[in-house]
Amino acid sequence: MIVDLSRPLTRIEAAAYGTVGVLLFLGIWSLLSLSGAAPREFLPTPYQVATRFGQLLSTQFAGATLPQHLVSSIMRFAYGFLLGAAVGIPLGLLMGWFRVLDEIVSPVFDAFRFIAPIAWVPFAALWFGTGIGGPILIIFAGAFPPCLINSYRGARFVSRPLIEAAQMLGTRNLHIILEVLLPASTASIVAGLRVSAGLGWQSLIGAELIVASTGVGFMMVQAQLNIATATVMSAMVAVGIVGFLIDAGLRWIEAAVRRRGFA
Amino acid sequence: MAAITFDAVRKAFGGKIGFVALKCVDLAIADQEFVAIVGPSGCGKTTSLRLVAGFEFPTAGSVKVDGRRVSGPGPDRAVVFQQFALFPWKTVFDNIALGLRNKGIAKAERNSRVAKAITLMNLEGYEAAFPHQLSGGMQQRVAIARAYVLDPDVLLMDEPFGSLDAQTRTTMQEELVRLARLIPRTVLFVTHAVEEAVYLADRVAIMTRRPGRIKEVIDIRSVRVAEKWDQHERIEDVMDLESFIHWRTHIWRSLREEKSAQER
Repeated sequence: MIVDLSRPLTRIEAAAYGTVGVLLFLGIWSLLSLSGAAPREFLPTPYQVATRFGQLLSTQFAGATLPQHLVSSIMRFAYGFLLGAAVGIPLGLLMGWFRVLDEIVSPVFDAFRFIAPIAWVPFAALWFGTGIGGPILIIFAGAFPPCLINSYRGARFVSRPLIEAAQMLGTRNLHIILEVLLPASTASIVAGLRVSAGLGWQSLIGAELIVASTGVGFMMVQAQLNIATATVMSAMVAVGIVGFLIDAGLRWIEAAVRRRGFA
Repeated sequence: MAAITFDAVRKAFGGKIGFVALKCVDLAIADQEFVAIVGPSGCGKTTSLRLVAGFEFPTAGSVKVDGRRVSGPGPDRAVVFQQFALFPWKTVFDNIALGLRNKGIAKAERNSRVAKAITLMNLEGYEAAFPHQLSGGMQQRVAIARAYVLDPDVLLMDEPFGSLDAQTRTTMQEELVRLARLIPRTVLFVTHAVEEAVYLADRVAIMTRRPGRIKEVIDIRSVRVAEKWDQHERIEDVMDLESFIHWRTHIWRSLREEKSAQER
C-alpha cells in the first residue's frame, strides 16, 4: 500500500494526530519520571504537575495565586509589546519610504536586534530598580525588532504600480504612507506582531526571573529556590498556555485582515 | 485643451545595466487626439508614456503637456496600468473615489460622480466588492472608471488590455471606442497589438527597436472617416475591411523589420 504523506488532512484527522502528539509526549514524560530514570524530585509526573496546577489556581504561592501572577505578567507584557509596536511599526514604514532614514537607522538597528533581550537585565535593574520600567525595557527589546523589520519589508516591497497609481490620483507624499504603504504592509505587519509577541512573552519570563517581585517568572524563581519542581512546571505550563492564546488571538486577526483584502 | 509634445526626448537609465531607452523622440499629440504607440518589446513605448505621466523624467529634451513641462504625476493625467494597480484593500467604490477625495471634493458631489463613473463602466452592483473578487476585465473597468472620474485632460493607457483574455479584450476595445466618442480626451495608448492600435487610434506611431525613436506616424483617422469604419458596430466587421487590413499589414511589416534587425 502506498501512503501519501503529503495529502491534505480533514479537520478531524488533524485533531486526532494532534492528540496523538500530546499523548505521546505525556506518555514519555510519565515513563521517565515513574520508572525512576529521573529522580522524582527532579522530574515530577504529569499527574503531580496537574494537581499542583489546580491548587495554584486558588492558593497563594510567593504572595499570589497563579492567575494573579499571570495577570501581572500579562500587564507587563502588554506595555512592552504595545510600546514595541508603537515605535517599530511607524519607524519601519518611514524607513521603507524615506531612504535617508533607512541608511541612518539600519546600521544601529541591525546590531541592536542581535542583542538578546536578557542582556538588558543589568541596565533594566540599574535604570528602573524594581519598577515596571525594567521588564518593559526587556520586553520592548524582544518585541520591537520584528515589528520594525516586518513593517519595513512590507513598505519596501509594495508593488511600484500601486504607489504610482496613488501618486497619479493626487495622493500627497506623507499620505502615501497611510494610504498605500500601511494597508499594503498590513499582512506583513500582523505576521511581525506574531513573532514579536512570541519573543516578547519569552523575554518577559526571563526578565521576571531577575527583576520583578510578582509575575510568573518571579514565581518560578521562588519555586526553584524551594526545589518545588511541580510548581515550576505549573508556571511553565501557564506560560505555554498564555503564549498559545496570545498567538491564537493574533492568528485570528491575521485571518480577518486577509479576508479584508490586505494580502 | 491638452496637447502633448515630445521634443527631442532622450531617456537613459543608469545603474549597472545602464542603457538608452529613448533616443530623440519627437511626437506631437493634438488636443483630444487618440494616439497609439506600437513597437517591438523593449523599445521604450512604456517609457514614453511614463514620461508623460511624470513617473520618469527625460535625460535630455522635453515632454510638455499643454506647453508646460511635466514635473511629476498628477490627476490631470490619469493612468490606466496593465496590471490594473487597484488598491486591494479598498472596495470598487473607494478605489474610484480616492482621486476625488484627494482633490477635496465634498462628499455629496463625490458620491454622485463616482456613481456616474460606475454606471458609465457598467459596474453597478459591484460597488462594495473588493478587486480580488472581480475578473480581470471587471478590474480593468474599475481602473478606467477611476481614471475617468477625475475628468482628466489626458488619459495614459499602458497596454491596458494586455493581460486580458481575447474575448474580454474585444469587449473592452469596443467599450473604449464608445467611451472615447462620449467623452473625448487626449489619449496616449501604448500597445504591442497592432490591430488594437489601428482599431482604436486616430494616429498610430511606430517606434524603432531600442533605443527607441518614432519611425513612422500613420494617420488612421482619415482612413476611418473615408472608409466609414464607424458604420460598423462590431470590431470584427471593421477588421474585415480592406482598408483596415491594408494598414494593419503595413504596420505589421514595419514592426517586423525592426524585430528582425534586432535579432541580427
